[in-house]
Amino acid sequence: MSDVTVSEPQVDTSGRPTGRLLEVDNLRVEFRTRDGVAKVINGVTYHVDAGETLAVLGESGSGKSVTAQTIMGILDTPPGFVTGGEIRFQGRDMLAMSAEERRRIRGEGIAMVFQDALSALNPVFNVGFQIGEQFRVRRGMSRADAKKRAIEMLDLVKIPNAKQRVNEYPHQFSGGMRQRVMIAMSLALDPQVLIADEPTTALDVTVQAQIMDLLAELQRERQMGLILITHDLGVVADVADRIAVMYAGRIVEEADVHELYAKPAHPYTIGLLESIPRIDEKGQQLRTIRGLPPSLLKIPSGCPFHPRCPMAQPVCVEKVPPLLQLGPTRASACHFAEELVSRD
Amino acid sequence: MGRYVLRRLLQLIPVFFGTTFLIYYLVWAVPGDPFAGKCGDRRCPDSYIQFMTEKYHLDDPIWMQYGTYMKNLLQGDFGQNFSGRDISDILITAYPNTLKLALVALAIEALIGLTAGVLTGLRRNGFLDNLVLVSTLFLIALPTFVTGFVLQYLFGVQWKIINPTVSNSPTFAELLVPGFVLGSISMAYIARLARTSIAENRRADYVRTAIAKGLPQRRVVGVHLLRNSLIPVVTYLGTDLGALMGGAIITEGIFGINGIGRTVYRSIVTKEGAVVVSIVVVLVLVYLLMNLLVDLLYAALDPRIRYE
Amino acid sequence: MSDPTMGSMVTPPAEQPTVPATTVAPDAGTPRRKEKPRGLLGDAWYDLRRKPLFWISTAFILLFVLMAAFPSLFTSVDPSHGELSRSRVEPSANGWFGYDVQGRDVYARVIHGAEASIVVAVLATIGTVLLGGTIGMLAGYRGGWVDAILSRVADVFFGIPFVLGAIVILFALNPPGSTRDKYSIMGIVVASLVILTWPVSMRIMRSAVLSTKEADYIVAARAMGAGPGRIILKHLLPNCLAPVLVYSTILIGSFIGAEATLSFLGVGLKSPVVSWGIMINEAQQFIRVSPFLLLFPAGFLVVAVLSFVMLGETVREALDPKLR
Repeated sequence: MSDVTVSEPQVDTSGRPTGRLLEVDNLRVEFRTRDGVAKVINGVTYHVDAGETLAVLGESGSGKSVTAQTIMGILDTPPGFVTGGEIRFQGRDMLAMSAEERRRIRGEGIAMVFQDALSALNPVFNVGFQIGEQFRVRRGMSRADAKKRAIEMLDLVKIPNAKQRVNEYPHQFSGGMRQRVMIAMSLALDPQVLIADEPTTALDVTVQAQIMDLLAELQRERQMGLILITHDLGVVADVADRIAVMYAGRIVEEADVHELYAKPAHPYTIGLLESIPRIDEKGQQLRTIRGLPPSLLKIPSGCPFHPRCPMAQPVCVEKVPPLLQLGPTRASACHFAEELVSRD
Repeated sequence: MGRYVLRRLLQLIPVFFGTTFLIYYLVWAVPGDPFAGKCGDRRCPDSYIQFMTEKYHLDDPIWMQYGTYMKNLLQGDFGQNFSGRDISDILITAYPNTLKLALVALAIEALIGLTAGVLTGLRRNGFLDNLVLVSTLFLIALPTFVTGFVLQYLFGVQWKIINPTVSNSPTFAELLVPGFVLGSISMAYIARLARTSIAENRRADYVRTAIAKGLPQRRVVGVHLLRNSLIPVVTYLGTDLGALMGGAIITEGIFGINGIGRTVYRSIVTKEGAVVVSIVVVLVLVYLLMNLLVDLLYAALDPRIRYE
Repeated sequence: MSDPTMGSMVTPPAEQPTVPATTVAPDAGTPRRKEKPRGLLGDAWYDLRRKPLFWISTAFILLFVLMAAFPSLFTSVDPSHGELSRSRVEPSANGWFGYDVQGRDVYARVIHGAEASIVVAVLATIGTVLLGGTIGMLAGYRGGWVDAILSRVADVFFGIPFVLGAIVILFALNPPGSTRDKYSIMGIVVASLVILTWPVSMRIMRSAVLSTKEADYIVAARAMGAGPGRIILKHLLPNCLAPVLVYSTILIGSFIGAEATLSFLGVGLKSPVVSWGIMINEAQQFIRVSPFLLLFPAGFLVVAVLSFVMLGETVREALDPKLR
C-alpha cells in the first residue's frame, strides 16, 4: 500500500528541512470547566520518527492521553481547548490545517489504538464492517473486497479463524482478541504513526505481554513511528527506544531508554523507578512517591513537582525549571539535573 | 430465540384473558338494567327481554358468559349487536380508519420528534435546544382534547385550511392535523428520548474511534452515532402504535373520525356491551403483540441482547 | 397529558451546565470541584436552587394549592350564581374572564375549579403510589413466583388503554344522569385513576428494589440478622423512594390533565361540582362564538399540569448524577 496520499517532501512551511515524522511543539491545552480552568497540558514537546518507538510515561492526570487526543483531533471541545503550540506531521502544522485535511491524515497518516477496546468498538456492527468500513470509505472498495481485506487484517494480528470471526460482534471476543481487532482496525490504512493509548491496561497480565509483542513486531515490520502511552514502567522497557516522562502537563524528562533506567535525571523519574516492586528487595517496604498529583486547577508555583520532591530547594518554589538538553539524546526539567546525572 | 418467543407467547395468554375478562366484567356485570332506554321511552316488551337474555346468556354467571363469548370468538365469531348487525362488520368499518389515524400520528411523531431530538442532541444548550425543551414540556402538559380543540379552531375555523371534521372514510391528507393532535405527546416524548440518547452516545468511545479512523463527519453521525442512539426510539415507536390506537378516542371525537374510539364511545353510551368488549379485545391483542414484536426488534437492533 | 400511564419523561429543560470534564479523558484527571463534600441530596438541592424553572413551577404550584384551599382569598363571587341576562358576556372590568352561558362568573369558576382538580389529582397520586409502591416492593423483594404473578396482574391492568378503560369504569360506576353527591363522584374518579395507573408505579418501585436489593449494605444487613420488615423499612424504602417520588410529582400533573379529560368526556366530575374539565366541556359548543370560555379554564389547566411536570423534571434532573 504505497498509495498514501499524505506523504510530502520532508520540509515544513518555512522551508526548514526536518527529519521528523511527527512533532509536538510546546503544546498547551486547557479544560474550561464550571469550576475553573484546568491547565492540562503546559508546553509539551516531543517527537517520533519512522521506525521508532517513543514511550510516554506518566500517572493519571499527567496529560499524556490528552496530548494523544489532541494529535488525533478527538479532543472534546468544549471543555478542551488548544491554547498554544504546534503539532507538525511531516513538517506541516496540523493545527493550522482545514478540518478536511486533518481528517485525511487520520487513519492513514496517524492512527490510534484505544485503551478499552470494548467501548472503543461500536457494539452494534460486526468487526468486519468496522475494519472494512475504512477500505470502503477511504479506498472506495466494494463491500466484498473490503471484507476480504478485513479478514487479511485479522490474520495479520493473528486472530485464529479470521474468516468466521469477521462476522462476529465485539462483545463476542475475549479481551485480548478484542484488542487485536482494535489494532487490526488501526493498521488498516497502513498509517505512518501509530498512537497506542494504554493498549494493555485493561488486559490480564499474560495477555498484556502478547499484545505488546504483537505491537512491537508490527511496528518493526512496517517501520511505523509508535507512540506508546502508558503508566507502567515495566511495559515499556522491552519495546521503547526513547521515553518521555510527563508530570502535570509537562515533559519532565526525556531520554534514551537505557540511559533513563541507568541514570534518571529527574527526581520524579527516580521515584517512579524506585516504586517498582523488585524481587531482590523482597520483604522490604516498597518505596512510594509521597503526596498526590497536583490539582490541575491549581498547579503549584515553580516546579510543579516540588511539594512531593525529596530534593526540593527554595528555588524550586520560585522558578519553573526549563527542559534542558543534557546530552544528544536526553533532557530534564529539574534545577538539579546535572547534579543528579553526575552523582554516583 | 425460538424458545424465548414461545415463553413470551405463553406469558401473553394469561395477560390476554385477564385483561379481556376485566373489561368484560366491567361492561356486563355492572348494576343497572341493560335494556333501559333500548326501546324508546317505554319499557321493553318482555318477549324482547327474554329473547335477548337468552341470546346473550345474561342469566348465566359472568364467568360462563365470558367463556361462551371467548369460545365463539376463537372460532372467529364476534357475535351481533342488539340490533342484529354483525360485530365483525362494525370492526371492519372502524378499525381501518383508526389504524390510518394511528399510522399518520406515528409518522408525524417519528419525523418531527426525531428531527428535533437529533438536532438538539447534537447541539446542546443552543437556542434551538432550549426552544425544543420548553415546547416539548408544553406539548406534554397539554391534554389531547385541548390540543385538538385549539388546532381545530385555528386550522378549521379561523384560517379555514382544513375541514373541521373529516369525511367518512378519510384520506391520509385529511388525517394530518388529527394525526398531529394524537401524536403530539408521543412526539414530545420521542424528541426528548432521542435527544438524551444522542447526547449520551455522542461522547461515547466508539464515536471517537470512528473519528480517529478518519471517517467523514456525516458518516460518523449518520452511521455510528445514529444507529446506536435510535434503538430506544425505535422500540418506543413500536409500543406506541398500540397505545395510539387505544388512545384515539378523544381525537376521533373532536374531528368526527369514524374509528374505533368513536364507535366504542357510542357503544358505551348505548350499552352495546358486546361491541365494546370486541373492540377492546382486538385492541389488547394488537397492544400485546406489538410489545412482543418490539422485544424481538430490540434483539435484532442490538446484537448484545440475546434471549435465552 | 390525558394519559398518565405514559408520562415518565426524560431529561431536563435548559439550564444545563457544560458537560463535566470527567467524561472527557480517562486520565485527564481534572479534579472534581467542591471544596466541601455534599451528599447526593445536598448536591441535588444545590443544583435545584439555581434553576429558575424550579422556582417558577414551585411558585405556581403554591398558588394553585392556595387557590384550592382558600378560594375566598381570590374571589368573593359565588361560582354557581348565574344570571341569564349576562350569558356569554365577554371579559370586562366587572367580570375579568367574562361570563359563561348561564351567566356565571368565569373568573370565580376557574378559581373554584382548582379545588376539584387538585384534590382529585393528589388523592389519586397518593393512592397510586401507595398501591403500586407496595405491590412493587413486594414483587421486587420476594422475587420468584410472587413476582411472576404480581407482574402478570400488573400487565393485565396495564394492557387496558387508559381513556377507554376509564370511560368503561366510570360509565359502570357513575353513569350519566346519576345523582351522586360531589364527594362520592370524586371518590369514584380517584379510584378509577388508581386502578388504571398503579402498574406504572409498581414497575418503577420493582425495578428500584431489584437494583438495590443486591447492594452490599443490604446483604450485610441481612447477614447481621435483620428481618425482612426491618430491611424493607430501614434500608430498601429510603433508597427506592427517590424515583417513585419524582414520578409522583409528574403524576399529579398527569392526573390533573386526566381528570379534566374525563370530565370533558362527561364521565368524570359533573355539575354542580366546578372543575376545569367541566368548564371546557360546557364551553366546547360555543368555541366559535365565545372562545374565551374555553381559553381561561384551558389556560389554567395547562399551567397547572405544566408546573407539576416541570417540577418533577427539574427534581429528576437534579437527582440524576449522569445528567450533571
